[in-house]
Amino acid sequence: MAFTLPALPYTTTALAAKGMCQETLELHHGKHHQAYVTALNGFVEKDAALQGKSLDEIVQLSNGNAAMAPVFNNAGQHWNHILFWENMSATGGGIPGALEKKLVEDFGSVQAFKDAFKTAATTQFGSGWAWLILGTDGKLKCTKTPNGSNPLATGEGKALLGCDVWEHSYYLDFRNRRPDYVQNWLDNLANYEGITL
Amino acid sequence: MIAITRRRALFGAATLASVYPILRSSPALGQGAPAAAGPFSLPPLPYAPEANEPSIDKMTMEIHHGRHHNAFIGNLNAAAKDFPQIAAMPMHQVLQKIGEMPEAVRGVIRNSGGGHANHAMFWTIMGGKGGEPSGDLAAAITRDLGGMEKMKTDFNAAGVRVFGSGWVFVTVDAAGKLALTSRPNQDNPRMDGQMVLMGNDVWEHAYYLKYQNRRADYLTGWWNIVNWQAIETRYAAAKAGTLGI
Repeated sequence: MAFTLPALPYTTTALAAKGMCQETLELHHGKHHQAYVTALNGFVEKDAALQGKSLDEIVQLSNGNAAMAPVFNNAGQHWNHILFWENMSATGGGIPGALEKKLVEDFGSVQAFKDAFKTAATTQFGSGWAWLILGTDGKLKCTKTPNGSNPLATGEGKALLGCDVWEHSYYLDFRNRRPDYVQNWLDNLANYEGITL
Repeated sequence: MIAITRRRALFGAATLASVYPILRSSPALGQGAPAAAGPFSLPPLPYAPEANEPSIDKMTMEIHHGRHHNAFIGNLNAAAKDFPQIAAMPMHQVLQKIGEMPEAVRGVIRNSGGGHANHAMFWTIMGGKGGEPSGDLAAAITRDLGGMEKMKTDFNAAGVRVFGSGWVFVTVDAAGKLALTSRPNQDNPRMDGQMVLMGNDVWEHAYYLKYQNRRADYLTGWWNIVNWQAIETRYAAAKAGTLGI
C-alpha cells in the first residue's frame, strides 16, 4: 500500500499568529512533504525488497547503505515530517507538569533544556533536524541529525520532539535567523502537551 | 492551491515587504551585522544587488551576501584569534591543507572557510547576461562535458540531486580538463585538491524567497545571469597556476 501525506492536524492559517505563516505551511506540507512521499512511493514501486515494509522498516533497512541513500533520504523525511506536524500546535508552548519535572531532573531546568535544544538546532550545519529524545538510559537528551536522518536511524532513543531546521522551514518567516526561529518554536509552537513520556 | 498561486505572483515584486511586514523592521539588509574584526573581510558584490534580476531577486542577493556570507567571515575572524594559521596563507591553500590543520579548527575551515570560498567565487561569476563562452573554454566544454546543452542539463540535474544544502560545481585541473561534481553543505573541491571553475549554490537560502521549493526552476534561470567572461578568466588562471578560491 502506498504511503500517503497525512493531513495537517490544524489549518494552514492556524500557526500564523505564532510565527509560522500560511505560505510556509502550505509549501512545507503540500510541496516539500508531498515530494518526499511521492519519491518514496516511486522507490517502493520499483524495488520488491521494499514492498510490504513499514516506514520504520524502510528507514532502518536503508540506513547506512550508500546505494539506498535516496530511499533513506525520502523515507526519513516522511518519518520526520509526520512527527513535526504533530509536534506543533496553535496553543503550543505550555509545558505540562509531568514533563516539566522530567526536564528539570535531566537538564537542571526548563531553560537549560531549551538552551541545549537551541544549541543542537543552531549547530546543525546545513539542513537537518534538532531532537528531544528519551534515551535508552531513560534520560532526556537533545540531539541533531543531518538532512533526512533521525533518532530511529541513529538508535539514540525515542523521538519526543523534532524541529526541522532545513531553511524551507523558516526562510519566509525568519530568513537567515535560525536561532530566532528555534527560540520561537520552543516558546510558542512546540506541542509539549502531545508528548507521551 | 489557488491561494498559493495568487501569493506567489506577489513574490519578486515590490510588494514583498507588505506580504512579510517583519522585513520592514529589520536593519538594512545589505549591511548585515558587522563581522568580528580580523584578517578576513567580506568581498563587496561586483555589481548592484538587483543586477541579477529577474533570475535572482534583489532581497535574496542582499541577505545572501550581507548575512549568510558575512556570517562565515565573522566565524573565520573569531577563529583566527586562536588559530592565526588560517589567515597566514591564501584561503585556497588553507582548504587544501585542512587535514594538516589542528583538529579543533577543521570544522570552522570546512564550514566557514568553504562557505567563504564558495560564495566569493559565486558572486564573481554572476552579473552577466548568460549566453556562451568562447575560445579555449568553449572547446573544453565540448571536449569534456559534451557541449553547452549537455553541460547545462547535467549541471542542473546534479543540482537537483543534491539532497539538502550544497553546491554543484564544474572543476578544472591544471591541464584545463573539466569535470562536473557536487558537494554537501559548504564543502569545496579544494579540500580534495581540485580547483573550482564555477559553481551554483543550491542551499535553499539561495532561491527560496523567489522560487520556494522549485529548485529546478532556479537552476534553469541561473544560466541567464552567468558571466562567461569572468569564468573564462578563471579558466585561464587555472591553467596558468594562478587561480585562488
